[in-house]
Amino acid sequence: MKGFLKRFYVLLIFAFLYAPIIVLIVFSFNDSKSRGNWSGFTLKWYRQLFHDQQIMSALYYTIIIAVVSSFVATVIGTAAAIGIHNMKKIKKTIVMNITYLPVMNPDIVTGISLMILFIFLKLELGFLTLLLSHITFNIPYVILSVLPKLRQLNKHMYEAALDLGATPFYAYRKVILPQIMPGVITGLLLAFTLSLDDFIISFFTTGSGVANLSIVVYSMARRGISPKINALSTLMFVSVLLLLLIVNRRTSKENNVKKGSHA
Amino acid sequence: MKRNWISYPYIIWMIIFIVVPLLLVVFYSVIVVTEDGLTFTLEFYKRFMQPVYIKVLIRSIVLALISTFICLLIGYPVALILAGKGVSRKNTLILLFVIPMWMNFLLRTYAWLTLLEKNGLINTMLSWFGIKPLNLLYTSEAVVLGMVYNFLPFMVLPIYSVLSKIDKSVIEAAEDLGANSYKVFTKIIFPLSLPGVMSGITMVFMPAVTTFVISRLLGGGQFTLIGNLIDRQFTTVGDWNFGSALSVVMMILILISMAIMTRYDKDREGSALL
Amino acid sequence: MRNLVKIVLAIVLFSILIGTFAGCKGGNGSKDDLNANQSGNKNESKKKVVLNVYNWGDYIEETVIDGFEKKYGIKVNYEMFTTNEDMYVKIKSGAGNYDVAIPSDYMIKRMISENLLNKINFNNIPNYKYIEERFKNLAFDPNNEYSVPYMWGTVGILYNTTMVDEPVDSWNILWNKKYEKQIFMLDSQRDSLGVALKKLGYSMNTRSVEELEEAKKALLEQKPLVLAYVVDEVKDKMIAGEGALAVVWSGDAFYCISENPDLAYAIPKEGSNLWFDSMVIPVTSGHQEEAELFINYMCEPEVAFKNADYIGYATPHSEAKKMLDPEVVNDRAFYPLEEDLGNFEIFEYDAEAMKDYDRIWTEVTSE
Repeated sequence: MKGFLKRFYVLLIFAFLYAPIIVLIVFSFNDSKSRGNWSGFTLKWYRQLFHDQQIMSALYYTIIIAVVSSFVATVIGTAAAIGIHNMKKIKKTIVMNITYLPVMNPDIVTGISLMILFIFLKLELGFLTLLLSHITFNIPYVILSVLPKLRQLNKHMYEAALDLGATPFYAYRKVILPQIMPGVITGLLLAFTLSLDDFIISFFTTGSGVANLSIVVYSMARRGISPKINALSTLMFVSVLLLLLIVNRRTSKENNVKKGSHA
Repeated sequence: MKRNWISYPYIIWMIIFIVVPLLLVVFYSVIVVTEDGLTFTLEFYKRFMQPVYIKVLIRSIVLALISTFICLLIGYPVALILAGKGVSRKNTLILLFVIPMWMNFLLRTYAWLTLLEKNGLINTMLSWFGIKPLNLLYTSEAVVLGMVYNFLPFMVLPIYSVLSKIDKSVIEAAEDLGANSYKVFTKIIFPLSLPGVMSGITMVFMPAVTTFVISRLLGGGQFTLIGNLIDRQFTTVGDWNFGSALSVVMMILILISMAIMTRYDKDREGSALL
Repeated sequence: MRNLVKIVLAIVLFSILIGTFAGCKGGNGSKDDLNANQSGNKNESKKKVVLNVYNWGDYIEETVIDGFEKKYGIKVNYEMFTTNEDMYVKIKSGAGNYDVAIPSDYMIKRMISENLLNKINFNNIPNYKYIEERFKNLAFDPNNEYSVPYMWGTVGILYNTTMVDEPVDSWNILWNKKYEKQIFMLDSQRDSLGVALKKLGYSMNTRSVEELEEAKKALLEQKPLVLAYVVDEVKDKMIAGEGALAVVWSGDAFYCISENPDLAYAIPKEGSNLWFDSMVIPVTSGHQEEAELFINYMCEPEVAFKNADYIGYATPHSEAKKMLDPEVVNDRAFYPLEEDLGNFEIFEYDAEAMKDYDRIWTEVTSE
C-alpha cells in the first residue's frame, strides 16, 4: 500500500512536469489554431516553421553563439582554472569571489550591467555584444567544473614528467590535460546548454536584428498563441531528449569500462 | 608550478565584463550626469522608498516565498521517495526529472499560457464536467504556478543528492534501537537533509524573486515585480538612474538572503550544484 | 621585470581572443554578402550595406521586405518594438543604430526636439507625391522635413457581440463591473491614460496635475476589472474569445473582425485619439541614402497597397487607397471622414508632462 502511494505520488509529479509539454507537442499537430479542441492532424505548422525567416535566423544565431561562446569560454576558463589552482591563498579568494559573482548575481542585473557597459563603450548592440556576454557568463561554469578535477590531480606526476626532461608545456599537455579532461568536457557542455537556454542576459545585450530563439519565443508569446511555437517546442524537446540519451549512453559506457578496468 | 599568468586573460576579462559593469550600475544609481558635470544624489533610493515601490518589493518577496514553500512541500517527498531504497532504475528517474529543465525556459512558460486560457485545455476539460470557465490566466496564482513549475527541479535535486549520501547504517541503527519511521524521519533524516533543503530554498527563491518573464507572460502586466520594474526602467521609461538603483536594491536583497542561507548551510561546497 | 613579461603575454593572449571575435563578425558579414549576391546585386558600393529597420510588431506585409532586398540588393535587418516608448529608449540610449523607424506623431515631435532625427531629402522620395495632402505638414512635423506618413488610425473599443449586449458608445463601459475580468487594456502609457482622461471629459493632452491624478485614480479603480494589460497579444486573445472588451488601435480591430465576425469596433462618443505613424531616419543611421531608398520603396503604390491590405490600418497613400476594397475604404469606422473627427485629439508632446505620464503609468501598473 505504501509502495503504491509512493509510486502514485511520483507519477503525479511527473505528470505535472510533463503534461504541459505533451499538450504542446500534441497541439503542434492540430489542424486549427484552437487550443482547446482537436480538429484533425496536420504538419502545416512545421512547414510554416521552416519557412519562418525570423525563427530560422534565430536558430542560426543561437547555435553559432552557443558553439563559439562555449568553446572560447572553455579555453579561457580552463587556463584560468589552472592558474587559479596554483595561486596563493589571498589572491585565490579574491579571484574566486569574482568568479562567483555572475553565478550568484541575478541574470537581469548581469544583463543590464553589460548593456550599460556596451553602450558606454559605444559598441553597437548586436552579434558581437551578444557573444561577449555569453562568454562572460559561461566562463565561471567552466572554471567551477575544472577546479575539482585539478584538486584531485597527483602533483608528483607533473614533476616526474619535468624530471624526465619534458618541457613544462609538454608536461601540461601530456600529463595534466588528459586528467582534467572530464571536467573540461563537463564545463563545455554546461556552457553550451546555458548559452542555448539563455534569455534574460541576451534580451538586454543584443540588437540590430540579431536574436536568439528565446528572444523570438518571448516576442512571439507576447503576440499571442501560435502553433508554430508548439512545433518549435516539439523539435527542441526531441533534440534535448536525443542529446541526453546519447550523453547518458556514453557516460554509462565509460563507467562500465572503468569498472571493468578496476576489476 | 608558477604559471599563474595563464589565468590573466580571464582576470582581465572578468574585470572588464563583470567588475566594471557592476561598478557602472552602482555609479548610475547615485550619480546624475548633467551638462555641468556629475552630481551625487540619493534621490533614486529615496524614490524607491515610496509606498508604491515598497509594495512591489514586498509583492516580489511574498510571491517568491510562496513559490519556494510550495516547491519544498511537493519537492521534499519526491526527493525522499527517489532517494529511498527499493526504487529501481533510480538514474533513469532522475534523468526524467531533469529533462524538462533542459527545455527552453520560455517554452515551458509558454506551455502554461496555452493551458490556462479561458478557452484553453484545462477549461475545456472542466466544461465536460459542467464547470463554467474559470479565470486562470493573468492571476497571481498563475504567476506562482509558473514559478513552481519552472523551479521545482532546483528544489528536488539538491535535497535528493544530500539524502542519497546519508549513511544507511545510521538509519538502521536507529531502527534497531526501536525508533519508528516517524522518529527516524524527524530525528535523523530531516536534520541530515537540511543542507540540501537550504540550497534548494536558495536555488528556488533567487530566480523567483528576480524574474520578470513569468510575471509578464502569466500575470498580464498586472503583477509588477521588482524584475518588471527594472525591465521597465531600461526598456520603456529610459531612466537608467532609477533602474540602476533598483538593481542595487535587488543585489542587496540577494546578498541578504545568501547570508541567511549560508548561516544554516555550512557544507556549501558540492551541494550547491547537484 | 618578470611580472612585466607576464602582463605583456596576457595582453597579447587577450588581443588574440578579441581578434577571433572580429573574425567571427566577419564571418557573419560574409553571410550577408552571400544574400546580397544571390539577389543579383550589381552595385559595388551598396554591397555591404545592411539596413536596420525598426517597426511596430505585425506592421508590415512580410514579402515587402524580401521585395526590397531583391530589388536593391540591400539586406534588411527587421526589428520590432511594442510601444513608442520602447522604441524611443532604444534609440536614445544608443542601444541600436537604426536606419529607418516608424514611430507615432508625438514621439516624432519629441525626437525632433531632442535632435534624434535626420532631415529627409525629399528629392530622393519621388513617391511622396502619392501621399494625400491632408497628411502633409501635420503639427508634429509642420514643415515636413523629417517624416513620411505610413499609416494612420484611431483608438477605440473592440468588443465581442456575443458577450456584450448593450450598445458600446462610451468609454464608461470599460468601468462597468458587469465585465469584470473580461477587459483588455493597452500596456501603453499614453493610450491608457488617454482613455481615462477622455472618459472623465478632459483633454488627452492635459497638463493639469489634478486632472492627471484623477485619471490615475480612475485607472486604479478600473484595475480589478481588467483581465490584462497587453499590446500585441490583444488581437489573438480577442479573436479566440478570451475577453469581451478591449482597447485597440483601429487597424488591429479591422484584422480581428476579419478573423472573427463576432467582433465589432466602436469609437466612443467622448472622442478618442487620432494618430499618425510615419517613417523617419534616426541620427544614428549611417546609411541616409539607402534609408531614403527604403522609404521611397514603401511609398510605391503596389507596396503601400500590400501593406495597407495586409495590416488593415488606414493608408495615407492615394493610389493604394484606390486599389483597396471600396467597402473597406468607405467604412467610416476605419476611414473616418473629417466630420467624424470632431472631438478627436492628436497626442502632443510636452517634456514635463512626459515625466508625469511615466510616473503615473508606473504607479498604476505597480499598484
